[in-house]
Amino acid sequence: MQDVNIKITDRNRVVHAVIAPTDMAMNLMEVVRSYELAEEGTIGVCGGMAMCASCQCYIKSEHELVAINDDEDAMLAEAFHVQDNSRLGCQIQMTPELEGLEIELAPEV
Amino acid sequence: MIHTDILIIGAGPTGLFTVFEAGLLKLKCHLIDALPQPGGQCSEIYPKKPIYDIPAYPEILAGDLTNKLMEQIKQFQPGFTLGERADTIIKQDDGTFIVTTNKGTKHHAPVVAIAGGLGSFEPRKPLISNLIEFEDKGVEYIIRDPEIYRNKKIVISGGGDSALDWSIFLSNIASEVTLVHRRNEFRGALDSVDKVQELKNLGKINLITPAEVKGVLGSDKVTGVVIEKKGEEAFILDVDHFIPLFGLSPKLGPIANWGVEIEKNAIKVNNSLDYQTTIPGVYAIGDVNTYPGKLKLILCGFHEATLMCQSAYKRIFPNKKYVMKYTTVGGVNGFDGTRKEAPKAVVKAIE
Repeated sequence: MQDVNIKITDRNRVVHAVIAPTDMAMNLMEVVRSYELAEEGTIGVCGGMAMCASCQCYIKSEHELVAINDDEDAMLAEAFHVQDNSRLGCQIQMTPELEGLEIELAPEV
Repeated sequence: MIHTDILIIGAGPTGLFTVFEAGLLKLKCHLIDALPQPGGQCSEIYPKKPIYDIPAYPEILAGDLTNKLMEQIKQFQPGFTLGERADTIIKQDDGTFIVTTNKGTKHHAPVVAIAGGLGSFEPRKPLISNLIEFEDKGVEYIIRDPEIYRNKKIVISGGGDSALDWSIFLSNIASEVTLVHRRNEFRGALDSVDKVQELKNLGKINLITPAEVKGVLGSDKVTGVVIEKKGEEAFILDVDHFIPLFGLSPKLGPIANWGVEIEKNAIKVNNSLDYQTTIPGVYAIGDVNTYPGKLKLILCGFHEATLMCQSAYKRIFPNKKYVMKYTTVGGVNGFDGTRKEAPKAVVKAIE
């Protein structure tokens, strides 16, 4: 399995180029946590169940992502700072297709 | 003043199990939690979600885990201060502590165990610039006394169970109920969605979707809100109360100022011994603590609680001899007079 290169803009607008494995069943929220790009306790609060929106991010590149399911859709409907390109990081599994993905973390609420 | 042996901050799974381990040592516990019910995240965020890594439970719903823990600790008669947040801690001259909540309830104990998880749950507030000015002047994030809405005009925003359920409940009390949500779809239980539909058809709930409350109006109290319906011009709705119900999110809060050492939004503890913080007599267990190799798992919280209680016992009774007893051997003696024990083997002669 291959690793993918992704660019993550943190909440202080600092851009980080990181390498994420695609064979560890990791999602985008977990990648951010593994590199400690957001303070512990401010991201992935619900653990990745699409129930808190603390991992909301904006998709900056043109990648085709997995479709938004009902849980994520409902959570985004109640989250703040939501844009058209908002997604919950915990619902995006790292796959080889995400090579070159660019995202920005939404503000902490 | 509430007196106890171990004062536990946080009534999540770790805090609840502490009551059991303390009870085996004949130590009494009292728990403080900002939420109105025990269970912490398990009951507030994901009661219907299964957990697969509780030893001996191949699968258990988070809500059921809470119920089982409450059943397990029942005979040790824990006290609860619910719906209040532990705000301050003051060390007394004799080394004991007084912890006071945001509502002024005082608790006195020789040992404090912080089992606060990710912190106390605070309402998530929508991004309206002057919202804070109207808090308790017509803006409420949590409904404590439904009677204050009698014959008033209210607007509720949100799309989950609490927004639906309170809209239904208050439609019988308030003179006018408006429910505003960003989507046409709601996430609540099917019954609640159907009921709101029925009340809307009857004209008892005014439903505005997809829309958002964008502003609050008034001088010293709320007199109206600005509502923006998707693709339409914003309009003003006259109301007496605005109730945003967007769920709760945990914040470490006042505990961060208790003088314990904080690292990565968690409390540093001595993990080689007893999970004590930098303040002797104050422990931190479960998701709230951090140490090298820490894992935020319920099962790790149970282990930490068990070791912490042994240390607490030695602190409270420094000169008393004690050895750990297996429950299978010693049974469980409740403070309520009940006793659980292994049935005695019957010896019978074989003719």
